[in-house]
Amino acid sequence: MKTRDLTYIALFAAITAVLGLVPAITVGPVPITAQTLGVMLAGSVLGARRGFLALLLFLVLVAVGLPVLPGGGGGLAVFAGPTAGYLLSWPIAAGVIGAITERVWSRYDLGWAVVANAVGGIVVVYAVGVTVLALVLDLGPGAALASGALPFLIGDAVKVAIASVVAVQVRRAYPVIERPRRAATAS
Amino acid sequence: MTLALYVPRASPVHRLPAGAKLLALAVGSVLLFVLSSWPVVLGALAGVLVVGLLTARLPAAALWRQARAVLWFLLALLVVHVVVDGWREGLDTGGLAVVRLLTLVLAAAVVTATSRVSAMVAVVERVCGPLRLVGVRPARIGLLVAMTLRFIPVVSERAARIREAQAARGGAVRGPRALAVTVVPLLVQVLVLAHTLAEALDARGADSES
Repeated sequence: MKTRDLTYIALFAAITAVLGLVPAITVGPVPITAQTLGVMLAGSVLGARRGFLALLLFLVLVAVGLPVLPGGGGGLAVFAGPTAGYLLSWPIAAGVIGAITERVWSRYDLGWAVVANAVGGIVVVYAVGVTVLALVLDLGPGAALASGALPFLIGDAVKVAIASVVAVQVRRAYPVIERPRRAATAS
Repeated sequence: MTLALYVPRASPVHRLPAGAKLLALAVGSVLLFVLSSWPVVLGALAGVLVVGLLTARLPAAALWRQARAVLWFLLALLVVHVVVDGWREGLDTGGLAVVRLLTLVLAAAVVTATSRVSAMVAVVERVCGPLRLVGVRPARIGLLVAMTLRFIPVVSERAARIREAQAARGGAVRGPRALAVTVVPLLVQVLVLAHTLAEALDARGADSES
């Protein structure tokens, strides 16, 4: 791992922290905090490995007691709470988004960006988050989905759209993921 | 933004090594689930409150803030138990689960409020020590945390500067679109910055450091 990978990882952990400071945008009854945007951007811009590590680093910051969650939250207590699953899903989600993004990198466009961000940022996050929520609160699958997924769906769809538009433009302006090298000389 | 959730005090709890407190937290939470009964859980809650408020002399507000974050979930948990199991049994099993979860959250809050960030980072590095075998350099974790902390004000300051520049040109946009038009130039700027920082670190021999 190069030094540049380390600075990129630290950068996206910081970006996720800063997005926690963005005041919530209210669409309908549900406030959207911007933090999962950091998850999507880390995966889309850095790729699987660095995206995963950036969000893992972010969770380390939370665990050692820095107030980097929305509203100045943080500390070990959040990992004992019912919403711990959402937090723990973030590195996995960024990794999944990154893996899809890397796979389609040469023909990456808005459509692929939306697919990658929706699979990682919505499917993976909800799968882990709602499962933990259901286990901690002892809820059935229906009740867990109704309380842990449905209210956030609109907000997350908006975030997927924003992250995808941004990811496509950043790829054009400053691509960080490297083109998979065709072994031109060897083999 | 406050610097950390750490609350400085001169108390025996603060003086305990962070590693010991984390270990106690881990063992305690396992025990709480294994020996889950009213006397044990209530005793643990009382113990956590005594240690946190009296021994460590933490302000009640510091603990209340962490408890408030899970309050609605605890209430929902109780309601679900009452609906599923009926009044008597629901209050018994549901109440037990609520108090247990509250105890865990408060215990974690006490550990966080009495341990310095630097001590916690040192514990993380020590725990990651065995990963050396698979090529991870634990000392890098401290560097990463330090870089992230430095990047946070840089990123928010750059974001503010971009917004000002756009407002000065009369191009102020609101809502979700505002995020997109600010985030693209912001990301490009800070990616360049991170690249430059990496070159500076390499020039100073960061690559050869173990």
